[in-house]
Amino acid sequence: MAMTMVEKILSRATGQKSVKAGDVIEPKVSLAMSHENAALVINQFLEIYKDTGLKPKVWDPDKIAIILDHRVPAESAKTATNQKKIREFVAAQRIKKFHDIRGDEGGICHQILPENGYVLPGTVVVGTDSHTTTHGALGAFSFGIGATEMASVWALGRVLNVEVPKTIKVVAKGRFGRYVLPKDFILYLIGKISAEGANYKVLEYHGPAIQKMPTSGRLTVANMSVEAGATSGIFPPDKETLRYLKEEAKVKGPVDVFGPDPDAEYDQVVEINISELEPQVACPHTVDNVKPVNQVGRVRVDQIVIGSCTNGRLDDLSIAARILKGKKIAKGVRMLVFPASFRIYQQALQLGYLADFIKAGAVVMNPGCGCCLGVHQGALGDGEVALSTTNRNFKGRMGNPKAEVYLCSPSVAAASALTGYITDPRKGGK
Amino acid sequence: MAKVVLKLGDDISTDIIYPGRYMATVLPSETPQYAFADLPEFNSKLRSGQILPGSVIVAGKNFGCGSSREQAASTLKGYDLIVVAKNFARIFMQNAINLGLRLVVCPEIEAEEGDELEILADKIINKTSDKEFTVEPLPKARQAIIDAGGLIPYTRLRLLSIKGKKKKGRA
Ligand code: SF4
Repeated sequence: MAMTMVEKILSRATGQKSVKAGDVIEPKVSLAMSHENAALVINQFLEIYKDTGLKPKVWDPDKIAIILDHRVPAESAKTATNQKKIREFVAAQRIKKFHDIRGDEGGICHQILPENGYVLPGTVVVGTDSHTTTHGALGAFSFGIGATEMASVWALGRVLNVEVPKTIKVVAKGRFGRYVLPKDFILYLIGKISAEGANYKVLEYHGPAIQKMPTSGRLTVANMSVEAGATSGIFPPDKETLRYLKEEAKVKGPVDVFGPDPDAEYDQVVEINISELEPQVACPHTVDNVKPVNQVGRVRVDQIVIGSCTNGRLDDLSIAARILKGKKIAKGVRMLVFPASFRIYQQALQLGYLADFIKAGAVVMNPGCGCCLGVHQGALGDGEVALSTTNRNFKGRMGNPKAEVYLCSPSVAAASALTGYITDPRKGGK
Repeated sequence: MAKVVLKLGDDISTDIIYPGRYMATVLPSETPQYAFADLPEFNSKLRSGQILPGSVIVAGKNFGCGSSREQAASTLKGYDLIVVAKNFARIFMQNAINLGLRLVVCPEIEAEEGDELEILADKIINKTSDKEFTVEPLPKARQAIIDAGGLIPYTRLRLLSIKGKKKKGRA
């Protein structure tokens, strides 16, 4: 039977000849990722073993990754104590894929996994974070689960009772114009199909514009697929995937590359002509409230944010630095930049991007989730407006329900930093 | 009979149910205090015990969208609330089932704060407006977990049966 990408992956992960949408299965997990919420996973994991007479032991310490990123360095005693508890568990269970708060290995989980070669095409990846969809960029079936579900995975090495999702095929034709980026594509798609348009389904990406898209852009698109409700966003692996794995992620061994069957059955096919795409902005307070930048009107901004697991990669910093180099951000605007990992931070340092940002007046922060979720740094004041390259603009997301968050690409964010209002980078706001 | 104590619209995100700034609090025993912290009036009613266990939150589409934070489910479970919504976001629904929080999918539901509902397996009767609404079953994939009383007991059973088999194999 012809299978979609996800059906193929799940048939392998269950050892079945074929599976189809709607089947209930228990796939084997290749990688199980958590961040600070590992503190809760640990609690639930120990709970499972209670009164069983069994010694709590994770199924495979090499397949568990834990990355401290959400509140780093710790903002409170409570967080620091949770982080300490995680370190102790990691040591006791001999978990190796652990990334602590360090300048040589730290960063946001959704960058640490790909850049260290932890994610391979055709595998099943789960994470206690909704943006675990990110890793579909490398051809994995990667999806978010809750902490108790993760505790169960740590015990059994499988996700229990998974319903094989249906797949929506997205075909991106044409080519990206100047200053139009993968972020604009995914924002446009979410606006088109809505925040629940792909609920319980998978978005599988195809087409000439996808083939030419670098892995950094695919990570952005897969990352935000969840904002359309998708269980996962997935890019069938190709030459670019192999290049990234070998050159950037330093994967040594052989990589198993397969795509969907050509006659696979899709729930829906969505076509998008990228050549007609303009820079997009998601307006408050939902991610699917998307408009072309020129239809947003004159919106003054107080804070510009460039970074996160969505747009904190080198390509993102590069385009923003190019726009800002030698210029000053507008008076009254605060600009915060947080690279997605310390590896990217170091590269941006060497390439001079960080100096470009600082000289323009931006504040460069340490890699981590920072102001993306507003618990730690860069919270907004009452009535303030932020323009951000992150992935969510829900009420209260940046720490203040009385503030507004707009979402955009790094080029829109950088151009807007110069003018102080939401600006089309193709016009430079002049 | 269950009383509607809060009515909400579409796309209620986990940031509204359990704001991100309280995410350092993780234990199910500690999360209830921050339920709907940004709706201070409702939050204080919950904390002061004015809301009875088994009360109902009625919401529109895509309830629980956004982050995977399990606190959003444990915070409501802490007050034994029932959530009736047109539909739920995937991760939230799984978290709720895993923790034993009761969800009811009711695509046509019409109810206002103060209404009394009778929630049955296949329908909801709004006693106040005297209307009936069909209930959709929860995903069949999760039924075994619901029957076991949540994912922790379910996983425990599985673990014991695996270990049991291994032991037998060895003997
Ligand atoms: S950067 Fe933001 S979206 Fe990404 S993992 Fe961190 S909190 Fe989540």
